[in-house]
Amino acid sequence: MTDKKKLISRRSLFSTGAGLGALALTTKSLLAKEANKKNLPPNVPEWTEALGEGVDANPYGMPSEFESHVVRRNVEWLTASTESSVNFTPLQDLEGIVTPNGLCFERHHGGTTIINPTDYRLMINGLVDREMIFTLDDLKRFPQVNKFYFLECAANGGMEWRGAQLNGCQYTFGMVHNVQYTGVKLSDLLQETGLKNSAKWILAEGSDSSGMTRSIPIEKIKDDCIVAWAMNGEALRPEQGYPVRLVVPGWEGNMWVKWLRRLEFGDKPYMTREETSKYTDLLSDGNARMFTWVMDAKSVITSPCPEKPIIHRGFQQISGLAWSGRGKIKRVDVSLDGGKNWKTAQLHPPVLDKSLTRFTIPFEWGGEELLLQSRAIDESNYVQPTIQELQKIRGVNSIYHNNSIATWLITKSGKVDNVRLG
Amino acid sequence: MLGLVKFLFLVMTSLSISFSSHAENRKYNIGKLATKTEVAGWDIDVRPDGVGAPKGSGNAIDGEEIYVNRCAACHGDFGEGVDRWPVLVGGDGTLASHDPEKTTGSYWPYASTIFDYVYRSMPFGEAQTLTHDETYKLVAYLLNMNEIIDEDFVLSDKNIGKIKMPNASGFLLPDPRPDVTKYKDGQPCMKNCDVPVKIIGKARDIDVTPDDEKS
Repeated sequence: MTDKKKLISRRSLFSTGAGLGALALTTKSLLAKEANKKNLPPNVPEWTEALGEGVDANPYGMPSEFESHVVRRNVEWLTASTESSVNFTPLQDLEGIVTPNGLCFERHHGGTTIINPTDYRLMINGLVDREMIFTLDDLKRFPQVNKFYFLECAANGGMEWRGAQLNGCQYTFGMVHNVQYTGVKLSDLLQETGLKNSAKWILAEGSDSSGMTRSIPIEKIKDDCIVAWAMNGEALRPEQGYPVRLVVPGWEGNMWVKWLRRLEFGDKPYMTREETSKYTDLLSDGNARMFTWVMDAKSVITSPCPEKPIIHRGFQQISGLAWSGRGKIKRVDVSLDGGKNWKTAQLHPPVLDKSLTRFTIPFEWGGEELLLQSRAIDESNYVQPTIQELQKIRGVNSIYHNNSIATWLITKSGKVDNVRLG
Repeated sequence: MLGLVKFLFLVMTSLSISFSSHAENRKYNIGKLATKTEVAGWDIDVRPDGVGAPKGSGNAIDGEEIYVNRCAACHGDFGEGVDRWPVLVGGDGTLASHDPEKTTGSYWPYASTIFDYVYRSMPFGEAQTLTHDETYKLVAYLLNMNEIIDEDFVLSDKNIGKIKMPNASGFLLPDPRPDVTKYKDGQPCMKNCDVPVKIIGKARDIDVTPDDEKS
């Protein structure tokens, strides 16, 4: 096939009408599992003949047993111990923009801390008018906010700087989740403590065994930071900081201190281990960028992807997620030919500030090889870059802040591979 | 005249309100005041300028035994790191190489950060069990292994803010992002774009993906 023909045929695939009739004839399941015919029409399925479980069988409901593959996964070789490690959100199995609480990726530095909420205290000290202590009940009496925000680890995609390394959407993009937080604006807590004019930075500190600490500038604290106690309508999960975590919208996840015990105001940054030896971005000349907080715009196609091969020819959806720490997603483009030609996808409301945004675009697959990409553009007109654009400026040793466009190779069998183009 | 009196009255009233509320300017009256003892127990952070450093001291000679007993199992006898546990020593001149080694010696910009981190979270799983003096000894031992101070140098709350670390000037501020190609009005190329589309690598070939995802 010549390049010209390839271009035309691939472009036409985006057109939902053209060629559908012809393709419909060839539509068949390529990799789908075989159904038990006893349960198919005209037979009466086995589950219809028996009673199901009663209302007291599952006081806290769990997903269907047939969804047991939808779990967080870790990469064992990445870290020395599971207590100071990370697992990944199964983005490929999720719909919409809400991440179920039990599937939100975990990143701990000293394991999941268990705190009895009766014993919980939040201390605010340093350059305030009054050093104070709040209980969990105290925090819940303040004016409340309910906001959706994505939380992304700055190292999401960090293994892919030098090439396609992990063959999965979950492992290459899964250090992100998106939930609705309930909490009190930090600026409201400051109504109680007062704030001295010399206060320019805050140290947020966790009470886990890593004593997680990060410095945050006062402008961000006053703008939109939240001291949160609930996610998606229920108490925070232990692995997400129960009973209280900090929410730092649009900024790297490491700053969203879990099991939050203390906020200290000071006139200078504290230069903690996390913001000096980690979460600094090493450039090729040996210097490192420090305090790179914002998570730049990013997107990923969650279906198809390496874990979600194409199992039917014909009409179907490309679906994915986009997000930006600089605001709302304005547009997402999708390419089937490795970035040569693009078409704009549909964004599904709600399109929220600093939140995951769902996009889809219909296409028809006739069994040919494709190179799938998605490209996010946010409301600041920032365009998600290619890996080459990032490497040109930052080299390959940054670890953090890889927000480049990924490529999924759709093979003729429908299997999908994470590949690097160059 | 009556108007002026009324005006002054209003000024006085508002002043008295603002004065009284300045003393206790709490909008919601929620929470309790923290005592100095309560704050002292939790306020353990140490800043680069030495602010927050607790009273205490120690040298590398005395730090060796503590290191061997409480650190070496993970970090190795010479700070070389066991398995995937962090390497603490060495790495000089590697930061601009293909395989940078970021250690306390080659990368960490402040000695205060080592003290702060070791005291608050080390040994792994036994956080905040070291005394202040033990922590000064351990930090002195690490600095000595990295050839930053002599073995008999007494590190203390008085001088930890003055230690010069080799990579102190290796960090760039402020954040220069967005740092990649800017497109006019957020309008990147849509058709016949000049981009490389040759596959130069596949994750499948690297074969480091956990088993249940290999297809």
